[in-house]
Amino acid sequence: MIEVNNIRKTYGDTVALDAVTLSVGKGELFGLIGPDGAGKTSLFRILTTLLLPEGGSATVNHHDVVKDYKKIRKEAGYMPGNFSLYQDLSVEENLQFFASIFHTDIQTNFEIIRSIYEPLAPFKNRRAGALSGGMKQKLALCCSLIHNPPVLFLDEPTTGVDALSRQEFWETLHELKKKGVTILVSTPYMDEASLCDRIAMIQAGHLIGIGTPAEIISGFTKPLWSVSGMDIYRLLKDLQDFQQTDSCSLFGNNIHVTLKNGVADVSALKEYLLRKGHETASINPVAPVIEDCFIERMKE
Amino acid sequence: MSVFFSFIKKESRHIIRDKRTLLILFGMPLIMIILFGYAIRNDIGNSKIVVVDEAHDPYSAQLIAEINASKYFEVSRIVGNEASLNHEFQQEKAAIAIIIPPDFSHRLLHLKTAQVRLVADASDPNTATILINYATAIVHQFQQRLFPSAAISLYIQPEIRMLYNPAMKSVYGFVPGVMTLILMLVSAMMTAITIVKEKETGTMEVLLASPLQPPLIVLGKITPYILLSFINALLILGFGILLFQVPMRGSWFLLLAECVLFTLTALSLGILISTTTSNQQTAMMLSLGGLLMPTVLLSGFIFPLKSMPVILQWFANVIPAKWFIIILKNIMIKGAGWHEVWAETGILSAMTVFFVIISIKKFKTRLS
Repeated sequence: MIEVNNIRKTYGDTVALDAVTLSVGKGELFGLIGPDGAGKTSLFRILTTLLLPEGGSATVNHHDVVKDYKKIRKEAGYMPGNFSLYQDLSVEENLQFFASIFHTDIQTNFEIIRSIYEPLAPFKNRRAGALSGGMKQKLALCCSLIHNPPVLFLDEPTTGVDALSRQEFWETLHELKKKGVTILVSTPYMDEASLCDRIAMIQAGHLIGIGTPAEIISGFTKPLWSVSGMDIYRLLKDLQDFQQTDSCSLFGNNIHVTLKNGVADVSALKEYLLRKGHETASINPVAPVIEDCFIERMKE
Repeated sequence: MSVFFSFIKKESRHIIRDKRTLLILFGMPLIMIILFGYAIRNDIGNSKIVVVDEAHDPYSAQLIAEINASKYFEVSRIVGNEASLNHEFQQEKAAIAIIIPPDFSHRLLHLKTAQVRLVADASDPNTATILINYATAIVHQFQQRLFPSAAISLYIQPEIRMLYNPAMKSVYGFVPGVMTLILMLVSAMMTAITIVKEKETGTMEVLLASPLQPPLIVLGKITPYILLSFINALLILGFGILLFQVPMRGSWFLLLAECVLFTLTALSLGILISTTTSNQQTAMMLSLGGLLMPTVLLSGFIFPLKSMPVILQWFANVIPAKWFIIILKNIMIKGAGWHEVWAETGILSAMTVFFVIISIKKFKTRLS
């Protein structure tokens, strides 16, 4: 459904995308994971025909993003990063307007948005600007779905939305997937990666890993420890200073650590922490998650 | 077509719901026309004149009475000598003074020639000149009445006629000027801002990624403003004609057609500005600095072009407002028809086509 081949894009001296290649199958829920400034939005804009790539090629539903851009504009659904709605128009007026520019109306494809629109219906006369973040996100999704697109581009749809709304949003995406919509979604939240069929991790314009979440996690072979204790910041500082530390990063209230010689170094680490006065520190083996994989691959 | 219609509906909602825009759209023309019509005018009436009457005789009293009777002057004080004159001018109690010497009637009756002195506050040279002219005219009249022309052997009396605006009302010049200014402001600045606003809030991204043709996006956005500008033009015309008795001597059809043409010129400038900038503030500054200032200063609206340096006069030729003001004055005040304004109309049309072509070339189908 989406084929990206060796795409390159620069802004002056800054390389936004470098040799990015990926492929999204029909009906797949594909996540593009990476921090701010990694190049996610640039890739979305190239695929939605808003930017021209400087090298490589890409197709969406078999249409070339440069030559057949008009066809893509007719078919694809796109929700840009900042929920681009008209704040001074009501919920219903926004929906009507976006339906009309795709030469359709609200009723024709109402089935596809019914469940998403339901919680919005009581507020249909409220101005979009007065909605909560989660509601705005739902409305923006409805607007991008109103012409029943076979492929949907969602650029950071969960940024700035509360945890509950985020969870609901992902449930909605799974329902859409069941209806056969191909979805490319980007997010800076690593914990959302496991909710995708497949993911691509992007960092500074380069893809640093691609595959199902399970595949990516199984690629993390080093033993991983979760260290916790009092005064977490001093603990982190001391762990960074420890000579055998391979990587360590804060992870909620714990610190995830890998050691240069794996299991062999654990007793040395325990001694080191005792010496540094962290009597209450505990070291437990832990299963890696996507974020561990991301940090690991970022270093390479 | 239905897409276009719903675009216009959406745009109209934006305008109606934005109180600030509405205020600019309709409040501004009203305030400006009233300001220019009533307050900011360079007509002169009832100026304060101080009379220094050193003569104290029937003739001087008669002259003073005549000055006071004129609608241009109001005698604020009659003093005996001119020692305090400077003080009167500094305190702004007088704009002009007339000094009648002690031997006034003696010289008049015996030598048939007398002198009066006129002293004006030339810190505002234009006003001073006008006041001196008025005062001279009154003195001449006085002289005529005393000595009918027979007494003077050869005397040429010029008869002056002020064509089209006999009373020299400045409001005649301001109504076309304000109309030009408002149409420029509403059409150019508002369209530039409204298009740039979509870019700034990110909605332009969605519009571009949709099947909408970019020219349709622009057309949909400006159509309501064409209508609004036209209503504004009618509003200003109505005020000018009903409230300030500005004449409308030419063809209404021609006048309104020219208004539509100028609206299009201004809109095309607005679109051009919107293609060169991506935030509302820059668009506003560009409109104000690049359009409004020349419209006020270099169009002949307030400062006569003929008295400007040649370079500025050349530069004024590329300012659409200059041509529109000429057209308006010709049609409204001189009653000119198509034969007299076709050249200016041609220049405006050419400018509009030029701006539209550049805008279309610059308007992108993509984000950058």
